[in-house]
Amino acid sequence: MEYIPQIVFVLVAGFFGFLIFRRIRRISSNIKLGKDVNLTDNKSERLKNMILVAFGQKKMFKRPIPAFLHLLIYVGFILINIEVLEIVIDGIFGTHRIAAPILGSLYTGMINFFEFLAVGVLFSCIVFLIRRNILRINRFKKIEMVGWPSLDANLILIIEILLMVAILGMNGADQILQTRGANHYTETGSFFFSSAMFGWLDQFETSTLILIERAAWWFHIVGIFAFALYVTYSKHLHIFMAFPNTYYSRLDPKGKMTNMEEITNEVKMMLGMPVEGDSSPPPEGMRFGAKDVNDLTWKNLMDAYACTECGRCTSECPANLTGKKLSPRKIMMDTRDRLEDVGKNGLDDGKSLLGDYITKEEINACTNCNACVEACPVNINPLDIILQTRRYVAMEESAAPESWNMMFQNVETNFAPWKFGVQDRFNWSNELKEGK
Amino acid sequence: MSEIQIPTVADLAAKGEKPEVLFWVGCAGSYDDRYKSVTKAFVKILNKVGVKFAVLGPEETCTGDPARRAGNEFLFQMQAMSNIQVLNGYEIKKIVTACPHCFNTLKNEYPELGGNYDVIHHSQFLQELINDGKVELKGGGEFKGRKITYHDSCFLGRANNVYSAPRAVLEALDAELVEMKRCKTKGLCCGAGGAQMFKDAEPGNKEVNVERTEEALETKADTIAVACPFCMTMMSDGVKNKEKESSVKVKDLAELIAESEGLD
Repeated sequence: MEYIPQIVFVLVAGFFGFLIFRRIRRISSNIKLGKDVNLTDNKSERLKNMILVAFGQKKMFKRPIPAFLHLLIYVGFILINIEVLEIVIDGIFGTHRIAAPILGSLYTGMINFFEFLAVGVLFSCIVFLIRRNILRINRFKKIEMVGWPSLDANLILIIEILLMVAILGMNGADQILQTRGANHYTETGSFFFSSAMFGWLDQFETSTLILIERAAWWFHIVGIFAFALYVTYSKHLHIFMAFPNTYYSRLDPKGKMTNMEEITNEVKMMLGMPVEGDSSPPPEGMRFGAKDVNDLTWKNLMDAYACTECGRCTSECPANLTGKKLSPRKIMMDTRDRLEDVGKNGLDDGKSLLGDYITKEEINACTNCNACVEACPVNINPLDIILQTRRYVAMEESAAPESWNMMFQNVETNFAPWKFGVQDRFNWSNELKEGK
Repeated sequence: MSEIQIPTVADLAAKGEKPEVLFWVGCAGSYDDRYKSVTKAFVKILNKVGVKFAVLGPEETCTGDPARRAGNEFLFQMQAMSNIQVLNGYEIKKIVTACPHCFNTLKNEYPELGGNYDVIHHSQFLQELINDGKVELKGGGEFKGRKITYHDSCFLGRANNVYSAPRAVLEALDAELVEMKRCKTKGLCCGAGGAQMFKDAEPGNKEVNVERTEEALETKADTIAVACPFCMTMMSDGVKNKEKESSVKVKDLAELIAESEGLD
C-alpha cells in the first residue's frame, strides 16, 4: 500500500512524458516539411544572438514595462524548476523534501528565494491578465486574436497563477505541519511568503492540513506535467522555440532578399553566359515561390512555432496601423495553423497556405519596411514568408496586381519602372549644364 | 564657377581612365522631376569637392529592385546580370547612390550574382566629405535656429543599419535636429517600399504617408529631411495633403548641403 503514491506518480509522469515526446516528434517532422536551407555557418555569432536575444531578452526591453513583468515570469520559470527537480525525486522515491537535511540553511534560503520568485510570477500574471482583459491593450484585440488565441493566452496566465498558488499553499501547510511535529514533515526553517499568505491554514486539524498539503503537492506537479503538454499545442511553445529560433535567425542585413539560384541558371543561359555546376532545367513540378508550407524553408516553419502572438510586429506594421488587412502576426499564426493541419491531413487536402489562410490582399499590402522583423523579440521573419508568396503569385500565376504587371513591362521595355523612354534617361545632365 | 562636369564612364574609358567612384543615379534620380534636383545638387557637390566621379548615363538601367520585391525574380535577375556585365566591364570598384533601394540591391543582392562593389549611400558619402573637411559648412548660416526633422528610409535604416550618417550630415548644418516619436529602428515607413510605389495602397482607413507626415508635422520642424526618392514623393504628397507646403519643405540631404554651400 505505501508504494501506491510512488507508482501513481511514475505512471502519471510516464503518461505525460510519452504524450509530450510524441508531440515533439510531430512538431519536428512538421518543421522538416520545409525546404532545406543551410544555417550552420558563423556559429559564434549565432550563439551570441541566442544568448543576447533569447536568454538575455534584449529585444523585449524596447518596451520596458512588459519586459520587466515578463522577466519576472521567465526567471521564476527557470529557477523554480530547480525545486521541481526535488519534487520529482520525492515523488519517485517516496521521500519528502529530500534536499532539506542535506542543504540545511541553504535549503531555507533557496526556498525563500523561490517563493519570492513565485510571488513575482503571480504578480506579473495578474497584471498581464488585467492588460489583456481590462485595459485591453490594442495589440491584444486585433481580429486574429478573436477566439482560441485570446483564450489560450488567458489559460496560460491562469494556469501559471494556479501553479504558483499551489506551491505557496503547499509550503504554507508544510510549515504548520512541521511545528505540529507531524510525521515525515522534515524541518526546513521558515518561509516568509508562504507563511504570511497561508498562516490562516492553522485553523485546520492536522489530518485536514496533511490532505491540503498533499493535494497542493499533487496539483502542482501534475499541473506542471499537464502544462508542459499543453505548451506544445499552444503559443506558449516560445519558451523553448525562442532558443533555436534565435540561434538560426538570419545574419544578413535585413534588406537582403534570398537569391533564387534555380532562376540564376536559367537567366544565365538566356543571356548566353556560362553556367556553373548543374545546368539542367529545374525539375518538373517544381514551384517558384511559395504556395504552401512545404514551399517555405524549415526556418520559416520554425518561426511559426516560435511565435507567441505578442503582436509587437503588428503594432509596428505601417499597413496594419493604417487599417489594411495585413498583420505580420497573422501571417505567422496562419503558417502555424496550416502546418498543423498539414501534419494531420497531409498536403493534398485541397487547401493551401496562400489562398485558404493568407490572402493576396494581405501580402500585397506589405511595404517591406522590416518593422515587424525588427520588433520581434525572438527574431521571427514574417517578411520572408510574404516575399516568397509574392514570388508564387507573380511567377506561377502571373496574377500580380495590374499596376505591378505594368511596372514589370516598363522595366522590360524601358529599363525603368515608369513609362519613360530610354533616350530621356540622361536628360538631366543637359538640364543641369543649361542651369535648369 | 566653371562649367559643370558630368562625365560618363564611357567618356573616361575612351580616354583610358576610370572613375574613383561611380555615381549610380537611379531611375527616380534620372526621370522624377522632383528627385532630378537631388541628382543635380549631388553632382554640384561632387564637382565642387573635385572627386573623380562618373555616371553611366544612358547605359544605366533599373537595378531590378521593384520587380524583385513584387515577386518577379526573373526580371530582377535579368536586370541585375545585365547591370553587372556593364559594371564589371568598366571595372567599377566603388559606387555611391542617392537611392536607398538601389543602395540595398547593389550592396546586398548583386554579390551573389557576381557583382562585388564597395557601395555607399550618398548620406555616408556626404558625411565623409564633412569629416574630411572637404565640405566646410558655414556654422551659423541660414540653417541656424531652424528645426529639421529626419525621416528614416527603411531600406537605409532597418534594412542596412544606416542611422547615424544622415543625422551627422544634418547636425553639421548647425540646425536643430528634432526627432519624430518613431525614429531610427522604430521609424515608420513612408508607405512606398516593397513596390508599393508602383500601385495603389490596399484598402484601409488611412494612407501611410499621411500618418507619417502628421508625425513629422508634430515636431514643428520647417524642413523634413529625407534620403530616398520614394520617401521624397510620399512625404511631399503628405505635406500637400495637410496643406502645409508653404510652411514645411521636404528636402534631401544633398539639397540641404548644396544650399548651405551656396551651390543652388
